[in-house]
Amino acid sequence: MRRAAVIVAAAAALAFPPATGAEPPRAGIVIPSTKPGTPLLQLGYQLYAGNCSSCHGSLGEGVAPRGRAAGSGDVRAAGPPLRGVGALAADFYLRTGYMPLATPQTQPRRTRVLFSARELAALVAYVASLGNGPAIPQPRPGSVAGGQRLFTEHCAGCHQVVAQGGYLTGAVAPPLAPDSATQIAEAVRIGPYLMPRFSERTISNRQLDSIVAYVRAVDRAPNPGGWGIGRLGPVPEGIVAWLIAGVALAGCCLVFGRRRAAR
Amino acid sequence: MRRPTPRADDLALLFLGLAALCAAGFVVAFALAVPHRTQLLGVALGLAFAFLAAACVVFDRRLLDTSEREELYPEPHVEEQEAVAEIVEEAGSGITRRRLLTMGGGVAAGSLGLALLAPALSLGRLFDTTPLLETPWRRGRRLVDGAGRPLRAADIERDAFYTAFPEGADRETLAAPVVVVRLDPASVRLPPERRGWAPQGILAYSKICTHAGCAIALYRKPTDPAIEPAPAFVCPCHYSTFDPATGGTVIFGPAGRPLPQLPLTIDRSGVLCAAGTFSGPVGPSWWGVRIWKARSR
Repeated sequence: MRRAAVIVAAAAALAFPPATGAEPPRAGIVIPSTKPGTPLLQLGYQLYAGNCSSCHGSLGEGVAPRGRAAGSGDVRAAGPPLRGVGALAADFYLRTGYMPLATPQTQPRRTRVLFSARELAALVAYVASLGNGPAIPQPRPGSVAGGQRLFTEHCAGCHQVVAQGGYLTGAVAPPLAPDSATQIAEAVRIGPYLMPRFSERTISNRQLDSIVAYVRAVDRAPNPGGWGIGRLGPVPEGIVAWLIAGVALAGCCLVFGRRRAAR
Repeated sequence: MRRPTPRADDLALLFLGLAALCAAGFVVAFALAVPHRTQLLGVALGLAFAFLAAACVVFDRRLLDTSEREELYPEPHVEEQEAVAEIVEEAGSGITRRRLLTMGGGVAAGSLGLALLAPALSLGRLFDTTPLLETPWRRGRRLVDGAGRPLRAADIERDAFYTAFPEGADRETLAAPVVVVRLDPASVRLPPERRGWAPQGILAYSKICTHAGCAIALYRKPTDPAIEPAPAFVCPCHYSTFDPATGGTVIFGPAGRPLPQLPLTIDRSGVLCAAGTFSGPVGPSWWGVRIWKARSR
């Protein structure tokens, strides 16, 4: 009798899934229950305590790694200090979905942002309040031609000349197409994960505007011939050429070759 | 079932000759520094193979007799046999068609073989290695950036990397460009004979990978050194990875020897200067590279 009830309940759950909006549920983050009208900094503090403090410390002092993970599924918290990183870094890491990170040893990758706009603003304000740090940059229009020169010099080594991204040993240089102008400017100043950090002495704010202009322009660049082939240059183009040449060679063999007459 | 087509052997010979000519053209284009050399080399080698293939097709379709004789041999005629023997004897003294074709094939294959061997000349010098060892760096030569401005030690920041050139020297030579980084002095672990090569933890290495000679354009640095991989230079061509903290040792990839390090000093005005030349020959390795030392030009 009980078994039948369980089966009925399971069938009902399958037939009538819980009503959801367009977005899947926000799993994996802690949303504190706060009264409407909670001050932004207060909300940010609560969100920080729930989602960030295990790796970045309760006061943003950072957590040094202690010991190795005890096995699969075990996560040892560790993370850099956040004092003085400012609104710039918080805005970048949260709006790209780089943070929160499932395991501290992995490279942060672009994921779905789980926080609402107000929660993001609250967290950014709270992290900025931890210490004196740079504000969120506001890129202005720049020169695409100058940006190409600078991008080739500073960025293309890893991100590839049309910003399609690439690989290093131990890291992935992500493609830059999904990044907003602000996020590109932020990443240059932060150097997320294994990326070098470029200060205003190496790349001035004016030069950064041009780099941003170039990255945004190259994303909309047309593909001559109609087929981008990843826009990665000679390697994929060579593979395509080999495929075409291979088919042509096989065709030649069919035309000129002959079978031995069957006895 | 086909019988040989008359005059097809001329066609096969023509194709073999053209293949040999194209292959010879490849060798000539390789030896001379002609404009658009890469394209010419490709066209010459491609045509050589195409003509060889055409000769094979002609040989197969027109010259190879695959017809089978089914009628019985006729009764032998003594006079005819004598005449045939005479013809065969005469033919043996001259060049038969068959022998001409074989020779044509040999010439085509020989020049194609030469064309394929010619690039081996690029593998490196065996005897006169002096030009490979000379560098524009010597004690006291200042480091300048891409715009020609002297590079000051105070300008070199942690977590960034810089490309520098020798002041007043040709930048296009292999040994000219260096990469400069600043590490935490406590993390620098150079061999004992390189004591003092990294003032304030600033290190300079040749920018040319020791594997295939690509420019090392990738530098990775950890945001949180406690949990992320240590700083390293990565070559974009084959992912050879070099550790700047230990004297440019190879930690990953096909490179066979460390990145040559340039000893640095800081002059009285705070500008970075070379304190000598590289720790080893710059650029891709060649046979016997480890015997030699880099020298100032």
